[in-house]
Amino acid sequence: MRGFTPQDVLTILAALRWTLVLVALSLALGAPFALLLALARTARAGASRWIATGFLQIVQGVPVLGLIMFFYFGLPVLTGVQVSALASVTVAFALYTAAFLGEIWRGAIQAIPAAQWEAGACLGLTGWEQFRHVIGPQAFRLALPATVGFLVQLVKNTSLASIVGFVELARAGQIASAATFQPLAAYACVAAVYFAICFPLTLWSRSLEDRLNGAR
Amino acid sequence: MNRLNFSQLWRYDDVLLHGVLVTLLLTLIATVAGLAIGALCASAAQSRFASLRLAVRAYVEIIRNTPTLIQIFLIFFVLPFAGLRLPPVYAAATALSIYFGAHATEILRSGLASIPRSQLEAGQCLGMTRWEVFRHVILPPALRNVFPSLTSQIVLLFLGTSLASQVSAEELFHAAGFVESRTYRSFEVYAVVCAIYLALVLLMRGAFFAVERLAFRWPTGR
Repeated sequence: MRGFTPQDVLTILAALRWTLVLVALSLALGAPFALLLALARTARAGASRWIATGFLQIVQGVPVLGLIMFFYFGLPVLTGVQVSALASVTVAFALYTAAFLGEIWRGAIQAIPAAQWEAGACLGLTGWEQFRHVIGPQAFRLALPATVGFLVQLVKNTSLASIVGFVELARAGQIASAATFQPLAAYACVAAVYFAICFPLTLWSRSLEDRLNGAR
Repeated sequence: MNRLNFSQLWRYDDVLLHGVLVTLLLTLIATVAGLAIGALCASAAQSRFASLRLAVRAYVEIIRNTPTLIQIFLIFFVLPFAGLRLPPVYAAATALSIYFGAHATEILRSGLASIPRSQLEAGQCLGMTRWEVFRHVILPPALRNVFPSLTSQIVLLFLGTSLASQVSAEELFHAAGFVESRTYRSFEVYAVVCAIYLALVLLMRGAFFAVERLAFRWPTGR
């Protein structure tokens, strides 16, 4: 047994990069999917809307922990293919990101008056061009505060990757806690690192909200 | 081995049912305790004392900007050092109440802030006492304003109780781990457990929607 030393703090800080890798991967894979979902949910075509809504209900109705367990322990049993912890949590977080961002972005797209689409159509723009040049930029502005707010949720939730043994911040804290028998120091340190990332994001989201609401 | 086989799960229906009950119980305790914390803190946030307001702000921001999993670990592993050895379910219930309390504080505070001051003054003009103004003028519209965000937060809390399994509180995911270790049917176990969560979430959303339609249908004047 040994004390909680600055070396432990450094080890925890080093694990931060894996938290950031997870966040980056989830966004890179989840965001395009989220856009697709948002467009499908606002589309007029019935089938794509139903499929997107069904996907959303399932992902938002199941704990993130469930998604992770399912992809890490569940799927390999059925398919016979064992995947790494990183791959399975990345898939789980990408789906989670897609569902929540998709819903935020759908709200923003629907907040833009339908007349704007029609105006684009009158100018002879195709559906995608209407979105790309008329709706998208306005919706992006509206969705930005909530998107940054979601980022906070995502950073916090990557702590669940620790459960399948992926060594990110939370797991590094568990390891330090077990090695030093100082759970208070270890977990307080981990919490402080999360707070140092999330709190500025929260403040940014709030200032964006104030600015964008004031501008309207 | 790779063929789907749900039949073994049926032998553990009592384990899973117990998990569901503990999950629901955790949600209920954290909702009630969290709302009480939220009501206290939301009124403290309007206090004359700057230090009290600052303390509430700090509580809300710290809890909302750190992972719930770490909060549960902190409560579960650190309280014994203070001489308080809580069983896992109690520790998880405490952590989840503190977590939900912070969210409830923020939601209730913004709900109260959403009522224009002129409403309060109008009530006072009618000769109502402070309590009567609160009870009849502020509370009903404030409740309606906060209901949607409060209920979606309760759904998130319900999903978040799954984290209690990590300190071996016997909720649904803990039950899932137990059944998995006995049957090795990981796919079926997690598929079924996720389906149970989904069904309960849909039920909750439906119930909240019905309550909203029934309880808050007076005209808004907007």
